[in-house]
Amino acid sequence: MGAEFVMLSLTPLVIGVLAALACALPGNFLLLRRQALIGDAISHVVLPGIVVAFLLSGRVAAVPMMLGAGGAALVSVALIEVIRRLGRIEPGAAMGVVFTAMFAGGVLLLEQSAASGVHLDVQHALYGNLESLIWLDGDGWGALLDGQALSGLPPELTRMAVVALAVVLFTAVFWRALVIATFDEGFARTLGLPVRALSLALVAVAAMAAVAAFDAVGSIIVIAMFICPPAAARLMTDRMGGQVAWSVGFATLSAILGYVLAGYGPLWLGYESAVSAAGMIATVSGVILALAALAGPRRRGIAPM
Amino acid sequence: MLWQALGLGLGYNATLVTLGAAMLGIAAGATGVFLYLARRALVSDAIGHATLPGVVAGFLVMVAFGGEGRFLPGLMLGAALSAGLGLACVSWLTARTRLHEDAAIGAVLSVFFGAGVVLLTVVQVLETGRQAGLETFLLGATAGMLRAEALSIAAGGAAVLALVVLLRRPMVLVAFDPEHAAGQGINLRAVDLAMMGLALAITVVGLKVVGVVLIVALLIIPPVAARLWSERVGTVVLLAGGIGGLSGYFGAALSATAPDLPTGPLIVLASFALFTFSLLFAPARGVVAAGLRHWRFQRRVHLRQGLLALASGQPVYEPLTLRLMRGRGLVRPDGVATDKGRAWAARARLDERRWHMLRSLPEFEAAAARHDGLSPLSEVLTPDQIAALDHHLGPEGAL
Repeated sequence: MGAEFVMLSLTPLVIGVLAALACALPGNFLLLRRQALIGDAISHVVLPGIVVAFLLSGRVAAVPMMLGAGGAALVSVALIEVIRRLGRIEPGAAMGVVFTAMFAGGVLLLEQSAASGVHLDVQHALYGNLESLIWLDGDGWGALLDGQALSGLPPELTRMAVVALAVVLFTAVFWRALVIATFDEGFARTLGLPVRALSLALVAVAAMAAVAAFDAVGSIIVIAMFICPPAAARLMTDRMGGQVAWSVGFATLSAILGYVLAGYGPLWLGYESAVSAAGMIATVSGVILALAALAGPRRRGIAPM
Repeated sequence: MLWQALGLGLGYNATLVTLGAAMLGIAAGATGVFLYLARRALVSDAIGHATLPGVVAGFLVMVAFGGEGRFLPGLMLGAALSAGLGLACVSWLTARTRLHEDAAIGAVLSVFFGAGVVLLTVVQVLETGRQAGLETFLLGATAGMLRAEALSIAAGGAAVLALVVLLRRPMVLVAFDPEHAAGQGINLRAVDLAMMGLALAITVVGLKVVGVVLIVALLIIPPVAARLWSERVGTVVLLAGGIGGLSGYFGAALSATAPDLPTGPLIVLASFALFTFSLLFAPARGVVAAGLRHWRFQRRVHLRQGLLALASGQPVYEPLTLRLMRGRGLVRPDGVATDKGRAWAARARLDERRWHMLRSLPEFEAAAARHDGLSPLSEVLTPDQIAALDHHLGPEGAL
């Protein structure tokens, strides 16, 4: 637990935890609003956005890609709405049409442009590369106090931290309004809360978290963290505050345990290489959900009065 | 090259693959209709993603027993087993916990896919120096597909299609009205299981061609597109099969023309193109038809209001109304009514007065419900009924 840990494992671990948190927080509200699959849709549609941004700007840089991903998320929301309204198609199916088609378009663009030797591929988009986000200057715990070494931190860390902070702030500031609008939209309206704007803002925040996490850790963690920790938390308690607290705990646990199991598990079993951290984090979150579904105190519904 | 591919001129294997993909598309489109009508289209997304750990585990098991890891039927068996497990998890979570189906779908698809990715990295570790090529299952590939594989995909698609034809009646009943179906003595659980089983079979058959991430599109997009064209289940199933078949055909043929064109995304984009065409040009629900309807409605309202204004001697200023009336020779360019215009106006006023009377009479209540302020009364009532109505209007009624 020394220099090697700080250099190789500390930053991916922190990024993983931040990504899990940023997705799990809005996930709680999406779950209760029966919009849980929005995370799934967003994480698919950002791919064409990122590829188009790359083709336009010609480089693999953060800002154009985030803009492209955000733009693609907006386009997809608009498309889903258009198809739903114009064709009178149920929302689930409209979503299915849009996100598969946009993902297919993204893959095709990517494969077409990949011929020019680009550092971007579909596998990376699906399950990221958490393990590669190492901190070369972090040669020990002391480096945390060393300004020069700190400037060598992977940029994904800063970005993820900013986004996670924004998500936490959004949840804290609009907590009451969000809770009321989620549970009883009619009541929220009579209180004069801007219900539509709130739900749009929630989707926008979810999209922001998804895009940032997608960039750092791939779409598979995004989907898993949007749904599994909040779902497991929902089986533990009836109170919204409690649910959010449980989901934060579950998300953190999944990220840490998943990363450690992926990185060190095979070594303990006598193999030499690690397995995919993103995949393992998703798997651990699923195991937690399974345990909660089997033994959670509120798995069947509200307790009798 | 493209025309050769579309005309099946790229050799025996490419032809087989293209026809196999078309067969797969037909079966997937027809199956998907029932999922869509039962509002469970997105369950197939969970099924698709949940096949990944099975594929990789099947590979690992076959390698462990010293076999050829890429043996397709073995991989398909693994896929079917893990997708079945995923499906069972979705129904268990939905039935036995307070979570809704959408959350169960999302949880299963992400967790199973994550587990599959972990297993994929295990394969990469074991297979140092030799590419297992399992990544092609993510997005589908037909390049280098064996003849037997293409044939088994076509045969699998045909088998699923045959089952859909056999089971169509109970599945339609259950999709539209589960309570009524149960009253008819249909076992809801069995039908639901059959429907999900067919979706699972399509997923497993199509895995190699379309890939685990996008196979859901073949089950969703053709039915949604077909639904825009018709209100009849039989027609929708036929159309969805046709759209799916065309997508499979075009996608596979296009992808055979160049090495960098992945099959799965091309098939999905082909079906999306057909969907877009349907959304725009479908006769009743299409955007163009809706626009035309709106345009006609607007002109009828303007014309009617203009005629009523003429009848009561008021001047018309509204430009569109004036243009419409001038175009029909109802008013002169200076806005004064012609003889024809006065005749039409009188008829419009009579119609309006009859409608007014009709709405005040209880015996015409049913007809009054159809009042939209536009339809001529003669389209709604019989001549006898109109005569009875005029009787109520009194002597000035026949103006």
